[in-house]
Amino acid sequence: MIRFLLRKIAYGLAILVGINLLTFVLFFQVNTPDDMARLQLGGKRVTPDAIEKWKAERGYDRPLFINDRATGVAALTDTVFMDSSLRMFAFDFGQADSGRDIGSEIRRRAGPSLALALPTFVVGIGISVVLALGLAFFRGTYLDFGGTVLSVIFMSISSLFFIVAGQFMFSRVLQLLPVSGFDPGTDAWRFLILPIAVSIFARLGGEVRFYRTLFLEEIGKDYVRTARAKGLTDTVVLFRHVFRNALIPILSASVAVIPLLFMGSLVTESFFAIPGLGSYLIEAIGAQDFAIVRAMVFIGSVLYILGLILTDISYSLADPRIRLQ
Amino acid sequence: MPVLLITDVFVWALVLMALFYAFKVSRQPHLRANWVLIFQRPAAMVSALILGFFIVVAAMDSVHYRPALEATPGQATRYASDPVSLLDQLVKPVAQARERSYSAPLAAHGFRKESIERDGGTVRDYPRLKFGGAHLSDPAAQRQADVVQRSAVAVGQALLCIALIAGLALALASQRSALPWSETAGRFWRGQSPWPWRALALTLACMTVVLFWLVQLSEVYHVLGTDRTGNSVLVFALKSVRTALVIGSLTTLVVLPLALALGITAGYLRGWVDEVIQYIYTLLASIPDVLLIAASVLLLQVFIDKNQGFFDTALERADARLFFLCLILGITSFTGLCRLVRGETLKLRELEYIQSAKAFGVSTPRILRSHIMPNLMHLVLINTVMQFSSFVLAEAVLSYVGVGVDPKTASFGVMINTARMELAATPVVWWTLTTAFVFMLVIVLSANLLSDAVRDAFDPRMRLRSSRSVKRATSTQNSKVAA
Repeated sequence: MIRFLLRKIAYGLAILVGINLLTFVLFFQVNTPDDMARLQLGGKRVTPDAIEKWKAERGYDRPLFINDRATGVAALTDTVFMDSSLRMFAFDFGQADSGRDIGSEIRRRAGPSLALALPTFVVGIGISVVLALGLAFFRGTYLDFGGTVLSVIFMSISSLFFIVAGQFMFSRVLQLLPVSGFDPGTDAWRFLILPIAVSIFARLGGEVRFYRTLFLEEIGKDYVRTARAKGLTDTVVLFRHVFRNALIPILSASVAVIPLLFMGSLVTESFFAIPGLGSYLIEAIGAQDFAIVRAMVFIGSVLYILGLILTDISYSLADPRIRLQ
Repeated sequence: MPVLLITDVFVWALVLMALFYAFKVSRQPHLRANWVLIFQRPAAMVSALILGFFIVVAAMDSVHYRPALEATPGQATRYASDPVSLLDQLVKPVAQARERSYSAPLAAHGFRKESIERDGGTVRDYPRLKFGGAHLSDPAAQRQADVVQRSAVAVGQALLCIALIAGLALALASQRSALPWSETAGRFWRGQSPWPWRALALTLACMTVVLFWLVQLSEVYHVLGTDRTGNSVLVFALKSVRTALVIGSLTTLVVLPLALALGITAGYLRGWVDEVIQYIYTLLASIPDVLLIAASVLLLQVFIDKNQGFFDTALERADARLFFLCLILGITSFTGLCRLVRGETLKLRELEYIQSAKAFGVSTPRILRSHIMPNLMHLVLINTVMQFSSFVLAEAVLSYVGVGVDPKTASFGVMINTARMELAATPVVWWTLTTAFVFMLVIVLSANLLSDAVRDAFDPRMRLRSSRSVKRATSTQNSKVAA
């Protein structure tokens, strides 16, 4: 187990190094620091001096990969690449173009993101599983058929529609909830309930349909026939045996998503003006702030790899037949 | 003078590929059997018909040319600087009938009050539209009756047209089956045919009615209203169809060779090659999609800004951006297909017929081409149709985030993005958003239904599952659902 984990983590680190190299090439090679400086300082009328100053402030004035002027190890370490990469791995992301520290900004914004993403995730899975189980229970009836058709239709509706329609219905027509905004105190639920409901709704169709297939697949297995032959009722078989067994793939698949919850949701957050990481990224894209985007790519990848490792562990916990090696 | 945009090239390449595939299908019985299975499902047939209509629209919008300007005698013909498409030409009367700002569907007056000079003084009132209902002398009293009358004429014409076609088809069918026509009609109506003729005919009839109605009323009204700059929403939505279809299909097409090549190489050669390729796609999969897309599009924007001279016209620039968006979307999503192909190849290479081909001394490229590739095609097909709708939906979200298509390109995302703000105003401008969402729903829903049928027919696991559930079916209904 320990050895397996160590190997997974080592592989994860190797992937991170690759991602770091990729983003570096994207952000520094394809787009030289000169371009960035010009973009930030505005237009074509920037003097070369101003560009040099901007680069020096961020330490971008050194060579990218190999420093000819330095000798020995310093030829490799005293470069933009090594410097920014090492700091990236220490989770020191430097400053945004607005002068704020990216690291502390990310820590501050992770809270609201999580407050939105976590309930969405938990309640969303709960509702989808219950609905899917219901459809599986009534399989082959018009109820099942109608439910499946409905979930295909839900799947085909743009998530933007749910957001727009939700805001319009509850905030404008009924005036029950605020349109958007956020309040970190106890009043937060008023701002969160609509985005949470909308996010759940937007994903419902696809998930219900997927879980229904999982349940039906499980129902087709031999042990179900045996249980029925033994004289157990359909209800007992479904709710006790099938439910538990089908939950294994559902939960293990969901584990991979948990770390990414920190990243928040791009669209929902910015539509509802929730100051989380998703809206941070959108603002960064709008302001063309490469430092923030690169930091977010890095964090996102770390969380994704974490999710993969968690998935492997949860598989072996949920299903003893799977051995980690 | 014809103009070939990057995406045009790929659209027509795609059409050629589809035709080639259709040709191959018609020659190979096992493929043909699968497609027969697909088109015998009413839902799939109807979806294919609707998608086919949108594809025609998109194809017409993919023939670009620069129209000749009015020639002055003795000079060489000169061409307009901006390329237009066949679709532009077709909807020109509506597209050129611009209003000043918002107007509701079928309206004769503007949506907001403006200061109008009237009877020597200025009054605040709803201005008359330049195009919408311009033929009416007293819109307030006549408009409703006019709309009803024109609708009735349109529906009547459509019905006449349908009756004509239906009669012809019926005559043809009864002649071929040598049955009296009443019997043929009865069979058709009771659905006594393996083919879903009835669903097909009904859909076709509905589409004809809608089309006739749109054309008839577009002559004097903006049927779906106008947007903030006074452009027809209907035209914008029709132009958006191409963007949606291009994003949905090109994305897969662009990265297909890459995914296939890498997946097959990794699966067939194994060893360190496999390790390297696995490393590459795990790496790409590790970066959350939106982030990778955002980062790439950001870079692309800087690149385009830096190389302004590279593109002749704004349209070409926007088109290049659309193409690169497809490329980037493809790269973020090719990992899934690559992994599938690798797994399947790993399995296939151990099969006996491959082993015997090896023993006979068939060269590796030959084995890959004629023994491995054909057995991977179902994966490719399923993947392509399944991802189509998710890409169409993703485009709207990406355009909202600001990393989608060029803001000047007509697309549903751009449409939603610009119309979204208007919901806060009173009275609400609802028609732009509604149009965008309804068009998207129709496209994505048909794509989803078709892809379900394709997956059921081509995925061996799915077929196994549905045949099992048919066997276990206790009621007739159960088997209907499963089939």
